[in-house]
Amino acid sequence: MSEPTPAPGDTAPTFSLDGHDVPFETGQTVLAAALAAGHYIPHLCYHPEFAPHGSCRVCTVKIDGRPTASCTAAARAGAEVDSRSDEVLEMRRRLVQFLFTEGNHFCPSCEQSGSCMLQAVGYALGVTNAHFSPLFPDRPVDASHPDVLLDFNRCILCELCIRASAEVDGKHVFDLSGRGIDKHLIVNAESGRLADTALAVEDKAMSVCPVGVILRKRRGFRVPIGERRYDAAPISVVALQKKPRPSAAPKEG
Amino acid sequence: MSLPLEKADHPEKLRRIAIDPLSRVEGHGKVTILLGADDKVEQVRLHIVEFRGFERFILGRPYWEVPVMVQRLCGICPVSHHLAASKALDTVVGARALTPTAEKVRRLMHYGQILQSHALHFYYLSSPDLLFGFGSEVGKRNVAGVLAAYPELAKQGVLLRKFGQEVIRVTAGKRVHGTGSIPGGVNKAVSRAERDELLRPLADVLAWAEGGLALAKKLYVRHRETYERFGAVRSNVLSLVGAGGRLDLYDGTLRARDADGKILFDGVACDQYDTLLEENVRSWSYMKFPFIGALGPELGWYKVGPLARVQNCDFIATPAAEAARQEFRSMTGGAMVHATLAYHWARMIELVHAAEVIGELLGDDDLGGDELVASGPRQKSGVGIIEAPRGTLIHHYEVDAQDLVTMCNLVVSTTHNNPVMNEAIRAVALEYLDGHEPTEPLLNHVEVAIRAYDPCLSCATHALGKMPLVIQVLDHAGREVGRVARDAAELA
Repeated sequence: MSEPTPAPGDTAPTFSLDGHDVPFETGQTVLAAALAAGHYIPHLCYHPEFAPHGSCRVCTVKIDGRPTASCTAAARAGAEVDSRSDEVLEMRRRLVQFLFTEGNHFCPSCEQSGSCMLQAVGYALGVTNAHFSPLFPDRPVDASHPDVLLDFNRCILCELCIRASAEVDGKHVFDLSGRGIDKHLIVNAESGRLADTALAVEDKAMSVCPVGVILRKRRGFRVPIGERRYDAAPISVVALQKKPRPSAAPKEG
Repeated sequence: MSLPLEKADHPEKLRRIAIDPLSRVEGHGKVTILLGADDKVEQVRLHIVEFRGFERFILGRPYWEVPVMVQRLCGICPVSHHLAASKALDTVVGARALTPTAEKVRRLMHYGQILQSHALHFYYLSSPDLLFGFGSEVGKRNVAGVLAAYPELAKQGVLLRKFGQEVIRVTAGKRVHGTGSIPGGVNKAVSRAERDELLRPLADVLAWAEGGLALAKKLYVRHRETYERFGAVRSNVLSLVGAGGRLDLYDGTLRARDADGKILFDGVACDQYDTLLEENVRSWSYMKFPFIGALGPELGWYKVGPLARVQNCDFIATPAAEAARQEFRSMTGGAMVHATLAYHWARMIELVHAAEVIGELLGDDDLGGDELVASGPRQKSGVGIIEAPRGTLIHHYEVDAQDLVTMCNLVVSTTHNNPVMNEAIRAVALEYLDGHEPTEPLLNHVEVAIRAYDPCLSCATHALGKMPLVIQVLDHAGREVGRVARDAAELA
């Protein structure tokens, strides 16, 4: 998403984000415009390379008093956007706590700890506990693929891998199945095993997982503490840097 | 070798005293003592009351997660589990030899761990008993009391521990529960700047360590008659021994001696541990009772940890610790020492050794190398053994073709010492409690014996000092007829 580039003498339209004027281009979303202008709004399922999805709702703001996912809401001139009131922050905190509660997120032994967006957003929102009773679902891993491990315990159903596999890789390796609390990630093979899909380690779907589901095997913990994505700065800073999104698949070496 | 106090004939008729929980040890445990007529001691048991499920819930997880997950067994010596698991998985990934950088970074991490854990134990947990007396005023018999009465000594203990934790931070990324060691090597080298930062306080660290050693020795010599008798248990000893018979806490082969010092086995490769050692279970404790299989459960139990190690090795390859070892051995003309309280002296010899090894390693440019990870032909299983602060620590894993763990066996240091600790508290109970009305100072003698082994009773939780203690006296029907309680507020 490019930054607004008003013509000389022309002034870009703006909306107000927590009292700051944020310029935008026609068709730009509130979230994209805010990020481009240097204002962090927490988000998980949004990825600048894919069409907005609006499924995780963590980027919820109030636009002229109405709760809306900022990743799908088109920016409007003169709109009043509330992203930092206690009410909005509490709403986001609860949403993130739901995500921690629904899966098995054991950060202390997770190889994505320090590079995980869910963990980083949790820190950014001041989430210090799950609040709700953990469900501890039984989700066996799929280790059938020679080079890739799927750890479903950490899936937050953001659908980024589904979108990447379909739109970029043209493979449709991933999809969701089930409804409500039973909704879960599946792979496109009769056997249900990742080894029997067309997934390759070079696929875009390998690099978009914001948590620790799609993992390159035998690479875990190779990045030392201090060099992980969110070690040097919190996600509110990292998300504004023009760098690639965190990858669940560390590069070779 | 054992005293006949494990099981009384008619426990239902005896008066039961429980020390629950034990204080100033890591983890949760309790001691029960059954008293008969005239307060005669009839039965004494050390119970471990927590269940650890790590061997089960690691199953089905990818092997590279194991060194980070299993270290959560403990907050005091997580590095030991981190490294024992890594060593086992080195074999799985075919890394028969580590790169020099990986080997030395891991050694530095481990000796930092030994230093901080031994300092914690001597200064924080045991020095109150040793300095003030086993039956001294309970309100002062804690680390706060040591701070008030011996501020310089207490400060040195704190700073020694801090230095060890810094060594761990530099090598593992965090002071507690880092991620530095991975299967086949390490994920970071140690830079010149980091080495310089650690070298700066090293001279003080060595001086403090030698001061602590001198104190441990002085206390032993001054109270030699008591220390030699108190909870003394003759037993075999077991430890890793390094190249040429040196003390090596990171790697080596297994050696055991009998109570007289005669070699039972030597040079045994780590992956053969299960051909030598067996375990028994008791219904009253979650901790198993290991023994040397060839000798059987009655005669085959053994000590591990500092007292075993400094007597099992042939020499220590650093000068100050070797001089201290020779002085320790000369005390008995080379005869094996089985005094429970000699653990403290031996532990401080190791603390000095750890400081010396850290100094040597920090001068080694290999620490800053680029080659961090080795690999080779994949194997289905691996055994990693390390000398943790508390003794020999065994990790054994099997990994399937999909990289998932299918079997995990952990034999932790304190488990090896379980039979010895039980015998030690039986000896103490017979000497100090038999025929006496049990009081808090007398019961503390039982805890002093346990503390000497520096047990990590649960390897999962720990609580230090000022723990609430409740002693209930129950009649044969289980009714409470007496109660002594202390809580944190009373001790403050």
